[in-house]
Amino acid sequence: MEFNVSLLGQALTFAILVWFTMKFVWPPLTNMMDERAKRIADGLSAAERGRQDLQASEKRVADELRKARQQAAEIVAGAEKRANLIVDEARVAADSEGARIIAEAKGRIDLEVLRAKDVLREQVAMLAVSGAEKILRREIDPAGHADLLASIKAEF
Amino acid sequence: MASNASEYIKHHLTHWNSSTGFWSLHVDTFTVSLILGFVFVAVFATVARRARVENPGRLQLFVEMIFDMVDNQVKETFHGKSKVLAPMALTIFCWIFLMNAMDMLPVDFLPMIAQWIGHTAFGADPEHVFLRVVPSADVDATFAMSLSVLVCIIGFSITSKGLGGWGKELLTAPFHASGAVGTVILAPVNLLFQLVELVAKPISLSLRLFGNMYAGELIFILIALLPWQVQWILGAPWAIFHILIITLQAFVFMMLTIVYMSLAAENH
Repeated sequence: MEFNVSLLGQALTFAILVWFTMKFVWPPLTNMMDERAKRIADGLSAAERGRQDLQASEKRVADELRKARQQAAEIVAGAEKRANLIVDEARVAADSEGARIIAEAKGRIDLEVLRAKDVLREQVAMLAVSGAEKILRREIDPAGHADLLASIKAEF
Repeated sequence: MASNASEYIKHHLTHWNSSTGFWSLHVDTFTVSLILGFVFVAVFATVARRARVENPGRLQLFVEMIFDMVDNQVKETFHGKSKVLAPMALTIFCWIFLMNAMDMLPVDFLPMIAQWIGHTAFGADPEHVFLRVVPSADVDATFAMSLSVLVCIIGFSITSKGLGGWGKELLTAPFHASGAVGTVILAPVNLLFQLVELVAKPISLSLRLFGNMYAGELIFILIALLPWQVQWILGAPWAIFHILIITLQAFVFMMLTIVYMSLAAENH
């Protein structure tokens, strides 16, 4: 058993086998593995993206909520302000209305007083005149002193 | 070349024996299979330890691919519960594949290196330095594996059915009798059938693998006897075809092991 040329033939055969494997066996295998690696990477990145999306939307929701709450607070504040304004206006209107009513009532009362005074004056004058008449009936004739009596009546 | 062709073939088909007789050891089969076993364990253990979820390397993906294939086969075929079967099937597949793959190396490559080492380092006669590099072309190696499978079959039968259940199955299947007398009469027949079936499993497993690999090796040796210029014409197609054979034989051995295990674990 020595080195012989058969080894060369075997080496050639082996070289062809290696070439065949490199050409037709290895590439599909590596392709499959690369494909698999890619799918794994894609899946992981998709998951990561989903997580980020979720975070972003959560943040947006929080923002929206905060904004809505702020708006609500603003609206409430504005409404309170308006309500106060309305109440104030109403109070002012009521005050002036009251004052007007009071003034009117006072005017009417004054009028009544004046009228009562007139009536009273007339009655007092008539009483005085009738009194004076009763006193003076005997001494004065009413015709002769009528102008005097009228001037007294005017003085009241 | 033609004059010593039979010598050449005989030399190639002789094992490196530690001694002679029953207690001799095929050192070449033993060493090569041991080295290949360590290669398998080392590669898979390294990949398993470094396995990453993100950006897995090609080697990891390759290992995952084989692992998934074996795992699927076990899940589809075996319906019992076993933590042993899937790892065993994986080991069988990879180990047998590696042992078969030694057939792809040029037939004179490693033997010539061995002869050179034996001659220069130990002063041995090159004609008496033997090395067969395909462990699965050694009937001892294939029987060692298939007998281990037989032990597992018996172990599975006993653990899943109990010693009594298995014994009962050995005596009452495949032929059933209605009466007690019939059962007793059929018991020896059943036992004979079952024993034949049990023995046939490891024999068919090991001889199938051995026959394929031995034939493949022999054809490579015969091709090596041709003039060197034309060797590739036959050698290359045979080597390429052998890619299929070595994978298929490894797969068949694994698959049949799984099937036998599931038969052993099933209740009839």
